[in-house]
Amino acid sequence: MSYIPHTAAETQDMLAKIGVASFDELFDAVPAGQRFPTLDLPPAMSEMEIAAEMLAISEANDHAGDFAMFRGAGAYHHFIPSVVNHMLLRGEFYTAYTPYQPEISQGTLQATYEYQSMMCALTGMDAANASHYDGATSLAEAVTVALEVSRNRRKKIILSHAIHPQYREVLRTYHQGKDIRIIGDRGRGELVDLMEMLDSNTAMVAVQYPNFFGQVEDLRRLADTVHASGGLLVVVANPLALSLFTPPGEFGADIVVGEGQPLGIPLTFGGPYLGYFAIKQRLVRKIAGRIIGETVDVEGKRAYVMTLRPREQDIKRERATSNICTNQGLMALAAAVYLSLMGKNGLRQVGELNYHKAHYAAAQIDRLDGYSVDMTKPFFNEFVVACPRPIAEINAALLDAGVIGGYDLAQHYYHLPNHMLLCVTECNTRAEIDRLVDILEGLR
Amino acid sequence: MSEPIIYDLSAPGRSGVNLPAPDVPTAPLPNELLRDDLPLPEVGELQVVRHFVRLSQLNYSIDTGLYPLGSCTMKYNPKINEDAARLPGLAQLHPLADPESCQGAMMLMHELQSWLGEISGFEAVSLTPAAGAQGEFAGILMIRQYHIDRGEPERDIILVPDSAHGTNPATVTMAGLRMQQLPANAAGEVDLDALHEACSGENAGQIAGMMMTMPSTLGLFEPNIAQVIERVQSVGGLMYMDGANMNALMAVVKPGKLGFDCMHYNLHKTFSTPHGGGGPGSGAVGVNARLRDYLPGPVVRRDALPGDAAADDEVPSARYDWHMPSKSIGRLKAFAGNFGMHLRAYAYIRAYGGEGLRQVTRCAVLNANYLREKLRGEYALPYDQTADGARRYCGHEFVVRGAFDDAPGVHALDISKRLIDYGFHPPTNYFPLIVPEALLIEPTETESKDDLDKLAEAMRSIAKEARETPQLLQDAPSTAPVRRLDEAKAARQLHLCCPAARPGA
Ligand SMILES: Cc1ncc(COP(=O)(O)O)c(C=O)c1O
Repeated sequence: MSYIPHTAAETQDMLAKIGVASFDELFDAVPAGQRFPTLDLPPAMSEMEIAAEMLAISEANDHAGDFAMFRGAGAYHHFIPSVVNHMLLRGEFYTAYTPYQPEISQGTLQATYEYQSMMCALTGMDAANASHYDGATSLAEAVTVALEVSRNRRKKIILSHAIHPQYREVLRTYHQGKDIRIIGDRGRGELVDLMEMLDSNTAMVAVQYPNFFGQVEDLRRLADTVHASGGLLVVVANPLALSLFTPPGEFGADIVVGEGQPLGIPLTFGGPYLGYFAIKQRLVRKIAGRIIGETVDVEGKRAYVMTLRPREQDIKRERATSNICTNQGLMALAAAVYLSLMGKNGLRQVGELNYHKAHYAAAQIDRLDGYSVDMTKPFFNEFVVACPRPIAEINAALLDAGVIGGYDLAQHYYHLPNHMLLCVTECNTRAEIDRLVDILEGLR
Repeated sequence: MSEPIIYDLSAPGRSGVNLPAPDVPTAPLPNELLRDDLPLPEVGELQVVRHFVRLSQLNYSIDTGLYPLGSCTMKYNPKINEDAARLPGLAQLHPLADPESCQGAMMLMHELQSWLGEISGFEAVSLTPAAGAQGEFAGILMIRQYHIDRGEPERDIILVPDSAHGTNPATVTMAGLRMQQLPANAAGEVDLDALHEACSGENAGQIAGMMMTMPSTLGLFEPNIAQVIERVQSVGGLMYMDGANMNALMAVVKPGKLGFDCMHYNLHKTFSTPHGGGGPGSGAVGVNARLRDYLPGPVVRRDALPGDAAADDEVPSARYDWHMPSKSIGRLKAFAGNFGMHLRAYAYIRAYGGEGLRQVTRCAVLNANYLREKLRGEYALPYDQTADGARRYCGHEFVVRGAFDDAPGVHALDISKRLIDYGFHPPTNYFPLIVPEALLIEPTETESKDDLDKLAEAMRSIAKEARETPQLLQDAPSTAPVRRLDEAKAARQLHLCCPAARPGA
């Protein structure tokens, strides 16, 4: 039977050793009336059949391998060097558990420490944890830290509406059992409007960088104002944009979180991704989840281990601030390999490719009759296009021509009908961009 | 030799990638918003490959040996599933694709929802939770909202046995409810008297529900499960099952039919999706009819299309769409869960079918009971008998006491570390908390009798060493890449980030 090695003879020997005549006797503690139901599932398949079935399912989807991809909105089609996948396929990495036994887990532990270090480098922060589930849950966990920092005395959380709508939903899901107020994101508030909401009851302000509409804003004044009121500034940052733009640690962010998927992790229909979480030194003991530290073994040899363990659920139980246990470890490894390969210059080069291609596309589209892009505000690889027609119509026409168009902003922003969020990355060739522009031009 | 840190392999100007030149005119960069410095290492491609390959060789893994880590179900992770996950229509599919562009992926999710429901006897399943702990969180939030909607917001106590995994009590607090711990009786089961007391008097009206692990974290089937469920539900509470141990239950019993209202599955345990050195996982949740509208979303809904689809293979017979349940507790993460885990679990269930999964459970339980018998007499087996002294079998895992009265200096941890020298991964240490010096052993069904015999032999030999040469255990491991670590130093002098990664380094 598939992945079970037992022969009939071995099974008999083992049952005899236990002293039972059949498997069934082993389950005598299960209520008799409910024992041994039939499972109505499709019949077993051979490996050949599974391979064929999975291929058929794969081919029933329109994907970035076959289509020119211009959709982002929190999940991005980027170039992933071949080495990343080869390293993820090392069985020693992907078939290991959480490194509870550090003596035989130094591979995972050191790679995670390197990941933490490189996330500090990108964000300009002092410490990063080993991962959360995704960017959205990292943001939700940041709220917990902010509430803890104020010893639960401050009860107001201010969110920019230009944070990914699904992240804001997740944050509300996480904190529905708490007596707090989450405000700021119901209107079209600018940064100055968020500043006006600040008071001595505010635990934190969160903004996205670049924001959900792709724009890169100067957050220095916001940081100073938040700190003057005694709250924390949480920045949700696209880590790839940090190849070019000022790291949030430099302008005073207290916590930087976000989605690590752009760093070498494929789209895979939304997951597994990588929630990164980076923090300033003075708050490091408030961080949730696993974190790896350097130490030595009894012979003085450098080694790595999960540290600050007493914060975690298995030790602190009902007094833990988060229940996280399993995280996204392998995805942190992917990011570590990706960042090691890219390095200082490669990552900057990828960032510039995104920037230039997006700006080329934006300029071409802005020139079209009926379309406009706000070219006055700085952006990275995403921008909003005001279109002459409903986005669903435009996207249907694009799809027919082999192009996956932008994200329809009207789904979440009712004041933005006929607006799409377009994403252009290093993967989009000039020919693809020109084709996109041509098709749009015909859709006035 | 230690493997250097990646930064130590760095030399200015070196690069590990080969990128194209821009094929578009360049645009001016906004200088005032740019960073000055990006302190990432500069390493060549081969050096990066060697670095991570060498790191991988410092790890123990299922692919290299037996990994009897209790509660974690470290079974073989089929290679075909890794191939499937890398097919372009799955790996390169955008999560915000329009539904007509991702019908294949949505069909897969829909099938997996219904298969998981069938396996555990639940009405509806949501695949969105990213791990077991997030599934628990979803379950407790649903229970909370259910009581609020019925006008009973005062129900805020969740009963949790003292043998529970740490995520259970932590979940209760996170959801804004109160945890009340229930002691185990002498047989390691829920103490029915304590349960009756918790469900009596003033407390009764405050009970929101109870979390239970089945089989328990001791690896034991709860013989009084029907009474426990009945008691909690009789005072208006709901029953949550921690499904981490489903590997002992497939085609043996359906938790939903036993009366549980809700449970999470660990696709990264029972359904063989790899643990990845700590994650990712998937903690899908199943619910009965009363909670189905509260599920976290989105879930996939199937609408049959009119016409005689069976006659023509080219015409789809159904359309799949996203659906947010009407009273949903909300989204738990962006998009729709760890799809990469869903597709592996799908392929895994495909390989077995219903009877095959029964065989998985049988062999998992067989292996555990066999190993337990082989260790009997060498190690103490706590809770070896039922409350009335009868013989009992374990589920897919069992606990031994990792200490010996005639070897007072030896602890469970020493036995674990010595097992490393024998070439095995240690069992889970010090869990469940109700057994002092616990070693929780879960061999899984994919281990052969030969390998179990070797593990038993190693454990026997260690038991002997514990009396004769305890220092060997206390100094272990001596064959691993590093010796025991100074964990106190790690926590006292925090080094969480390589100095070279700091600005200006
Ligand atoms: C009994 C039990 N419950 C819950 C969990 C939590 O699951 P996860 O690590 O996937 O969050 C675990 C896993 O470690 C477990 O063993």
